[in-house]
Amino acid sequence: MINYDLVVIGGGPAGMAAALKAKECGVGSILILERAETLGGILEQCIHTGFGLHYFGEELSGPEYAERFIKELKTTDIQVKCDTMALDISENNVVTAVNKTDGLLKIQAKAVILAMGCRERPRGALEMAGTRASGIMTAGTAQKYVNIDGYMPGKEVVILGSGDIGLIMARRMTLEGAKVKVVCEIMPYSGGLTRNIVQCLDDFDIPLRLSTTVIETHGKDRLEGVTIAKVDEKLQPIKGTEEYIPCDTLMLSVGLIPENELTKNVGIEMDRVTNGAVVDEMRQTDHKGIFACGNVLHVHDLVDYVTLESQLAGQGAAEYILNKQPKETVYVSTTTGTGVRYLVPQRVNIKNPNDVKLYFRVGRIFKNAKVVLECDGKVISSKKKVKLAPGEMENVIIPADVLASMNESGVICVRVEE
Amino acid sequence: MIRELTCVACPLGCAITVDYNDTEVLSVTGNTCKRGDAYARTEIVNPTRSLATTVKVNGGVHPVVPVRSNKPIPKKMMFECMKTINSVSVDAPVEIGQVIIQDILGTGADIIAANYD
Repeated sequence: MINYDLVVIGGGPAGMAAALKAKECGVGSILILERAETLGGILEQCIHTGFGLHYFGEELSGPEYAERFIKELKTTDIQVKCDTMALDISENNVVTAVNKTDGLLKIQAKAVILAMGCRERPRGALEMAGTRASGIMTAGTAQKYVNIDGYMPGKEVVILGSGDIGLIMARRMTLEGAKVKVVCEIMPYSGGLTRNIVQCLDDFDIPLRLSTTVIETHGKDRLEGVTIAKVDEKLQPIKGTEEYIPCDTLMLSVGLIPENELTKNVGIEMDRVTNGAVVDEMRQTDHKGIFACGNVLHVHDLVDYVTLESQLAGQGAAEYILNKQPKETVYVSTTTGTGVRYLVPQRVNIKNPNDVKLYFRVGRIFKNAKVVLECDGKVISSKKKVKLAPGEMENVIIPADVLASMNESGVICVRVEE
Repeated sequence: MIRELTCVACPLGCAITVDYNDTEVLSVTGNTCKRGDAYARTEIVNPTRSLATTVKVNGGVHPVVPVRSNKPIPKKMMFECMKTINSVSVDAPVEIGQVIIQDILGTGADIIAANYD
């Protein structure tokens, strides 16, 4: 058995920021476990720019954003084990992991930060008829083929789903000479950032067909085409709207799933909407000493926000390890009002002396609406928004003085007013 | 003339309205920062974009290394720049920030490495 004060599972942007913050807050020994050969996580294949605008005030590519943190890690005594797979976390924070050099590792930690990120929803999760021809892949897989392995997975592409990775890949494939014929989105709105629709689709005249999905794939060995169709309000294909589109590649950008197998094994309480753990304002789960941050907690649009959230988790873990948590804990739940699909954190310790930022997503598109924060039935803030979309994460701040004056049986609610 | 734009300067994606005529931009509204104003003006006169792609590496860990333009390049020159970038290769080791192509096609932008290899 090896002992560490803090074990961070995942060496992507979340894990690195959390570990660095914990170190800055005075934690002694810290170990990062990373499944891949290098630190950086998914940023390594996100070669497009736009990372860091909030956090660094400059526009970086994914690898450059990661590099800032990798470089900083090297100036600390934080230990990193790459090529290492975490298998289990026990009731008393013993992390079991395995790699080629150490074999099986048992690590006793005072605190654990879960930063495993998310994975893409695969084809099997969709109701799509057809053979298992090659040429059907998730957008992230295609991104790895093109940006890391250096080859093009196809020439004529249809993309299903308008998540950001799909949009980014539409541009990437076009720049490398492929023809992206259409991006189909089953919902009546895009799940991606507006800026990506502008600079990835509009710039290259790639059509985005809303309320449209792929109902069948054709081809035996290699994909030869897909049948697309319009869908009704219940997302069911409308007869007579089918259209055949020849293509050799179908990319899926149909959602991300937080990788919470480890979390669930510990028996940590989960949020059914985010598919991540239920956490408090320092990102502590209901299992004392286990924290979660980044895309394993809820899927973010921007890595900058992942960094900020992970710093909170790192600070929270440090306070736990160093016995600096608020003396008293009185949790008040955050509840989703009209229009709000989820809120993170799901509970707030009203004895926390600081402002608390609540992150949320709306359930549909709103125009000229207000985001209203209510504590104990009183309206604390009401902020005008020109546009709210499910693809863009929003936030609202509970000021420290409001929190301090809250009832122990109080309620925090965020809702959208039209 | 009025044109509605979505700002791509940062991920906020502000909805901007630009009023312009044949000779100049008359007003920019809806932006929430200076960069938005600048974006809208360039978008009307000569739209530019950052370019990110990869370059072949000889003898590296990976077959390609990511590169990007260190400043935006004219939108209409994207494909020409891609052609130029795809015609070169770089010898390992590659340093992050290393200039791969200087002043690509006279745009004033350098193509720099965005990772090590």
